[in-house]
Amino acid sequence: MTRNGVEPNKPSEEPGGGVPVQAPPVGATAGAPAEYPTASPAGRGMFGIHGSGDTSGFGGLVRRRVQPAGTPQPYGSYFDEVYDALTVAYPGIEDAIEKVVVDRGELTLHIKPEQIAEVCQVMRDSEGLRFELCSSVSAVDYLGADDRRLHVVYLLTSMTYRRRVRLEVAVSAEHPRVPSVTQIYPTADWQERETYDFFGVIFEGHPNLTRILMPDDWEGFPQRKDYPLGGVPVEYKGAEIPPPDKRRSYQ
Amino acid sequence: MTTTPGYATERETTEGKVFNVTGGDWDTVVGGTDPIQDERIVVNMGPQHPSTHGVLRLILELEGETVREARVVVGYLHTGIEKNLEFRNWVQGSTFVTRMDYLSPIFNETAYALAVEKLLGIEDQITERANTIRVLMMELNRISSHLVWLATTGMELGAISMMLYGFREREYILEIFEMVSGLRMNMAYVRPGGVAQDVPDEAIVKIREFLTMMPKKLKEYEALLSGQPIWHQRTKDVAVLDVTGCLALGVTGPVLRSAGLPWDLRKTMPYCGYETYEFDVPTTPTGDVWGRYLVRMAEMRESLKIVEQALDRLRPGPIMVADKKIAWPAQLAIGVDGMGNSLEHVAKIMGQSMESLIHHFKLVTEGFRVPPGQVYVGIESPRGELGVHAVSDGGTRPYRVHYREPSFINLQAIPAMAEGGLIADVIAGGASLDPVMGGCDR
Repeated sequence: MTRNGVEPNKPSEEPGGGVPVQAPPVGATAGAPAEYPTASPAGRGMFGIHGSGDTSGFGGLVRRRVQPAGTPQPYGSYFDEVYDALTVAYPGIEDAIEKVVVDRGELTLHIKPEQIAEVCQVMRDSEGLRFELCSSVSAVDYLGADDRRLHVVYLLTSMTYRRRVRLEVAVSAEHPRVPSVTQIYPTADWQERETYDFFGVIFEGHPNLTRILMPDDWEGFPQRKDYPLGGVPVEYKGAEIPPPDKRRSYQ
Repeated sequence: MTTTPGYATERETTEGKVFNVTGGDWDTVVGGTDPIQDERIVVNMGPQHPSTHGVLRLILELEGETVREARVVVGYLHTGIEKNLEFRNWVQGSTFVTRMDYLSPIFNETAYALAVEKLLGIEDQITERANTIRVLMMELNRISSHLVWLATTGMELGAISMMLYGFREREYILEIFEMVSGLRMNMAYVRPGGVAQDVPDEAIVKIREFLTMMPKKLKEYEALLSGQPIWHQRTKDVAVLDVTGCLALGVTGPVLRSAGLPWDLRKTMPYCGYETYEFDVPTTPTGDVWGRYLVRMAEMRESLKIVEQALDRLRPGPIMVADKKIAWPAQLAIGVDGMGNSLEHVAKIMGQSMESLIHHFKLVTEGFRVPPGQVYVGIESPRGELGVHAVSDGGTRPYRVHYREPSFINLQAIPAMAEGGLIADVIAGGASLDPVMGGCDR
């Protein structure tokens, strides 16, 4: 099975294998004792090995984090209809879309950050699209796989046509600015605050962009990949159990 | 009535002599505008308040008894579950997500399992029996969750008996859960690939008993509440939210259906085979707390219908996918220390097959691998659309899991429902959203 051009069971051709471990994080935040990327691709193997450390051949244990390539037309399912309707309703769409990915029966439109609010407006209002509900706004930190590592993900639901579409915008950790969609979808209010809280993405035009789940005076953005999990060692029956991100990693 | 200069007026009544305390120039002093009426006071309600459903904090700006502004503060129960998931393998995730919304653990697990299965591309390998058990457990869980809603809302609006009755029947469902999964709450029962164990025969008997018992109980609750003038006054035309308001604020579930839109993911975007079950989506046109009460009562009846159908079609068969790497531990047996890998299997991997031992070691220490990509799965939880956005980078641990939690989204509606109303209706409105802070804050 080939997915996105990566054969899961084939070892990497690159020397050492896998994605190199990141240098100490630049975007690491004050206050958080970020030592090294905790969920780093190759990880710290048992017995100090580097690379995949696979001796069994069980999984071809090379983790390559590849951003999915764009899917060519036709996309199949209702995706072509959505794309065509978007093209009609928003003439500048060719410039606004960076790529289109169809994977596992889901359509993802990668949008340029500065145009996300306009695209959402069209998605909501256009007769052929009618994405009335913004189901979810969150983010993913693709540290090491993408220069613009923070991807904000919007999931729109059309109740009329019973369709879902994912919009994705990518920004760098240095300039994490995305226009807010709260004017179009008021439900995005708290979800954008949550995304800001955990990833430090600044939504321009948001009425009240403050932390929501973490304490107001918290420093750092906890769900970025270079933010450590934290935790204290626990003694259990005389043995000391380290916190989860300090445990031996069998990668 | 007699009047003596310098003394208060007095008059004779049937109860005796009554004095009117007036005098001096106090009439002119208080005669103008009443400063008490104009003053806005800010009241902090919660996070430790018996009527706020857990650690929800409301900041209310009051003018007399009228709420002028309401602000919701959440986050007191944030436990970093999403971050923690990234440091455990895919199967261990079930144990974490079940603790989010503690009143509907089966839904959290099922949404997570469906997302992982979609990432693995094994949706069509999920066995018939596993799907039926999932539906069965979800609908029982829906009833137990709605019962807690009914119980706590009853208590908050002055119907203490309802609280006792609601928790009593919920206890019955928790006993069923214990029989099936071994745990009353937070069961981690639905796993990627199927369910953890098969349903024992005693549990089937108990569910059948429940099906005969519950309709009578529902009638009892309705006899207690539906005709009650206090219940009517506390719920009717209170905390109204129409369809437009619901969609703008992203509110789904019973609250949206009480406004009249029959949007139920079990019907509109079916999963787990819901399209093959016969049930209705109850709605009311009112959009108030009363409507939400009616919708939830009707939903419990619909859930009973689904449970009955699921029981009827429960045929013997596997409850996990055939792939033993995903289904690990696959060679289960009950030993002296409980359920675990069977002794024969342990003897085999330790004594006969080096290859099996390697696979066993890798599976136990690492878990299975999930091909890279991202998926979103939405299911209809008792509170609305529960969505899971799961991202894999091809490894043995989730790269990112985000929960679209209906409690979190729905709580945004509190200012819209409460502002301009009375302070007592804040409680009714907030309760009608059925927020669970464990889910909201994650």
